[in-house]
Amino acid sequence: MIKPVLKGQRLVALFLLGALLFNYPLLALFAGSERVLGIPLLYLYLFTAWIALIGLMALIIERTDT
Amino acid sequence: MITGALIVVLSFGYVGLLFALAYYGDKRADAGRSIIANPYIYTLSLAVYCTSWTFYGSVGRAATSGIGFLPIYLGPTLMAALWWYVLLKLIRISKAHRITSIADFIASRYGKSHLLGGLVTIIAVLGIVPYIALQLKAISASFSIILQYPTEALVIDSFSDLPFLHDNTFYIAMLLAAFTILFGTRHLDATERHEGLVAAIAFESVVKLVAFIAVGCFVTYGMYDGFSDVFRKAAALPEFNALLNQGGAAGNYTNWLSLTVLSMLAIILLPRQFQVAVVENVDERHLNKAIWLFPLYLLAINIFVLPIALGGLMHFPAGTVDADTFVLTLPMTERVTWLALLAFIGGLSAATGMVIVETIALSTMVCNDLVMPILLRWKYLRLTERRDLSGLLLGIRRGAIIVVLALGYGFFYLAGEAYALVSIGLISFSAVAQFAPAMLGGLFWKGGTRLGALWGLTAGFLVWLYTLLLPSFAKSGWLPITFLTEGIFGIDLLKPQQLFGLQDLDDISHCLFWSMIANIGLYVTISLWRRPTATEHGQANLFVDVLRYVAAGSGSRFWRGSATVIDLQTLLGRFIGPERAHEAFAAYARSQGIQQIEKLTANAVLVHYVESQIAGAIGSASARDMVASVVDEEPLALDEVMAIIDEASQALAYSRQLEEKSRELQSATDELRKANQRLQELDRLKDDFISTVTHELRTPLTSIRAFSEILSDNPQLDQAQRGKFLGIITRESERLTRLINQVLDLAKLESGAADWNPSEMDMREVIEEAATALSQIYKERNIRLELQLPEITPPVTADRDRVMQVVLNLLSNAANFCEKPDSRVCITLEHRSEALQIEVSDNGIGISPADQAIIFEKFRQVSDMPAGKPKGSGLGLAISREIIEHFGGRLWVDSTPELGSRFCFTLPLQRIGGAALAA
Repeated sequence: MIKPVLKGQRLVALFLLGALLFNYPLLALFAGSERVLGIPLLYLYLFTAWIALIGLMALIIERTDT
Repeated sequence: MITGALIVVLSFGYVGLLFALAYYGDKRADAGRSIIANPYIYTLSLAVYCTSWTFYGSVGRAATSGIGFLPIYLGPTLMAALWWYVLLKLIRISKAHRITSIADFIASRYGKSHLLGGLVTIIAVLGIVPYIALQLKAISASFSIILQYPTEALVIDSFSDLPFLHDNTFYIAMLLAAFTILFGTRHLDATERHEGLVAAIAFESVVKLVAFIAVGCFVTYGMYDGFSDVFRKAAALPEFNALLNQGGAAGNYTNWLSLTVLSMLAIILLPRQFQVAVVENVDERHLNKAIWLFPLYLLAINIFVLPIALGGLMHFPAGTVDADTFVLTLPMTERVTWLALLAFIGGLSAATGMVIVETIALSTMVCNDLVMPILLRWKYLRLTERRDLSGLLLGIRRGAIIVVLALGYGFFYLAGEAYALVSIGLISFSAVAQFAPAMLGGLFWKGGTRLGALWGLTAGFLVWLYTLLLPSFAKSGWLPITFLTEGIFGIDLLKPQQLFGLQDLDDISHCLFWSMIANIGLYVTISLWRRPTATEHGQANLFVDVLRYVAAGSGSRFWRGSATVIDLQTLLGRFIGPERAHEAFAAYARSQGIQQIEKLTANAVLVHYVESQIAGAIGSASARDMVASVVDEEPLALDEVMAIIDEASQALAYSRQLEEKSRELQSATDELRKANQRLQELDRLKDDFISTVTHELRTPLTSIRAFSEILSDNPQLDQAQRGKFLGIITRESERLTRLINQVLDLAKLESGAADWNPSEMDMREVIEEAATALSQIYKERNIRLELQLPEITPPVTADRDRVMQVVLNLLSNAANFCEKPDSRVCITLEHRSEALQIEVSDNGIGISPADQAIIFEKFRQVSDMPAGKPKGSGLGLAISREIIEHFGGRLWVDSTPELGSRFCFTLPLQRIGGAALAA
């Protein structure tokens, strides 16, 4: 098991990353009318970032290194 | 065709299924085989966050503000990352102090304050009851819509036309009240956990997710050809660009941020979330998986929101169908009966789940933090004297459930389609957000005080009321609209949604900004204004440092007083029933390793235990009062509390290092102590030795000097006298020499520096030689010396000269103590199994038992010497013993006074190897 303290700090770092990804000004970068495969870029970006964030959370929680 | 009967059977059947599930869950819990004790059920129960406001409302919101519905789910995702610290702390604190609601939490944190608990309860009820009404409205609307099947395209407002008792929503509400009472107040329990209820809620979460995804897939892949197709086709919509680009809500970053922050707070501060996440938590380790599984659930339930919204917008002509109903109306319009029914059940599950949990959470608050404190203070009722209050408590809980649901239903019935109801979701979020400073501040900042929290909460609540709730009433037409447009009393600066002229913010951001300024501002300012009291300080430390105070009952450190066990048990019995109280005490006794309750002592730990048990039933503030009524308490002064805290925190911080260090120190100390004892012993011996030696040396010196002086002062002395004196001087000099030699010899022996020359020797020969050497002395004194030696003896390995020294010493000692006529000394040599034993026995004066013990010590001689002056140096036996022990033998004495003595020593035969003998 990794040290719980380290795990907690990683999660806080992830929170900060999420707060950055889900807010102005990064959102503004994707707010144009571009499409990827017909899907609006902003929509795609938000869900991709969301999935990535959840993936990282799972990684931090479930990983048991020494 | 869907008939009314089918819908009624289906919906009541569904609620019946919940009953069955909850019943099964409770049964399993009673049997000790919990079905909810795993992280997946825990995560699903957290998903009670997604109400009908999510199920129907997200699509509605998406249809008007594009991706503007997302922050409501992104906020909780972000918060989940902080759960590791925030929620874990909440769970630990609540478990340790038996906290069962947010009101109780805040009251307990700030010194168990009734006022704070009551205020929080009032805010929660005001903020949440309309939210419950919204769920009932959703149920009612979905009933009306699905009854129209297959004609979906009507905006229906039929519930208000129905007579009261024909309204299905009314029956559903009654059924939910029954369900909540049955599974939420089955019995009073200090933990207030309801396993069956949680099982039902988790099931509801599965139903609504499956239903929503089914509709989403149907719209995206059935009606259209995947995501790309939906978006491509939707691009033709006139409002499309506004929905998904900067022009729409997506571009309104302030609103986006406000919603994110609000939902972050809501996910822990909504009463229902606190209930499932904290109170119903079985094991804090379940939090681990929930941290990423819960956001995953939110993602899953949101992925199809926009496609459904766009599908609905494209499918129905603008304005014909309320976007809030697309989830239901799209399957209907495509004539997919099973999917329409599934969507209906999904919406029902989302609404009922929320209503059940929210009602139970509110009823706990109302009972523990509003009604009980008032009833207990009302002297007229003499409640404090009642023997068993558990029935009354359950009655109040059940009453509170009915009242909360009735209020919800009443609000729904009266408000109907009013703005106040439609927009209540975010208004509720804003209300519970007011708990954030007191709650989160109290969780991480020790400085927050009761007054600070009280003023902060009050101010924030009033600002919320003025800038959000009252304007929604005005928009519903219940207040004059001039209230909004011109401000109260026509004062322009006080316009509720443009307070002090702040115009650029939307109403939610506006309220959040001003209420948080007031709330946080007052909370911090007033907290810093005045020193906290001892109680506040104690509680602050217990809460903020909860992750460090692992041991249960740590609150007892801040208590001092006296009580009796029977009083405490009776008190507990009054609130949770005598039987459960007995069980609780028995459990406590077991945990303390005590067999019988009677043998318990009413110490601080027990008092704290009882208080926390009662707190589970009636809230921490009232529990404090109740316990205080049977206990003589001595208040602790602030500096005492501080001292306890400092002590504890320092001790905790360094304990591990200290433990290790002290272990090392301990062993070092032990060694040092031993060494020191040895040194002191040696030092004492040395001192004794030196003083004895100097004394012994002085005696012959004095006599030499005295006779020398006589000789030198009296030259006329005759030859005979002169010869006699010179003889004395010579003898005394010899004695002095011998003494010095022996002292040196003993010093060498003791220090281990003596020279040893071990060799094989014949003991017989040694004895004979010694006897020969002393024969002249024996003859002079007329003592008979007998030798009893065997013919053959095995050789022994020892230092011949040293052993000779021992034998000579013993023989001359014997001669010295044989003064009777007919004296006789006998020396024998025996071959024992493993050693040679040599005995020197005499028939002399003998040695008293007291003297036997000391004659082997240095300079100790037999005390009552008949001959007056001691004859030896007092070192002979000490040296002899050193020698014999060096060769592994033993030297001892048996003696009977007046009859004689017997000195024996042994020398082991070839047992000891040469190596041990080599010096």
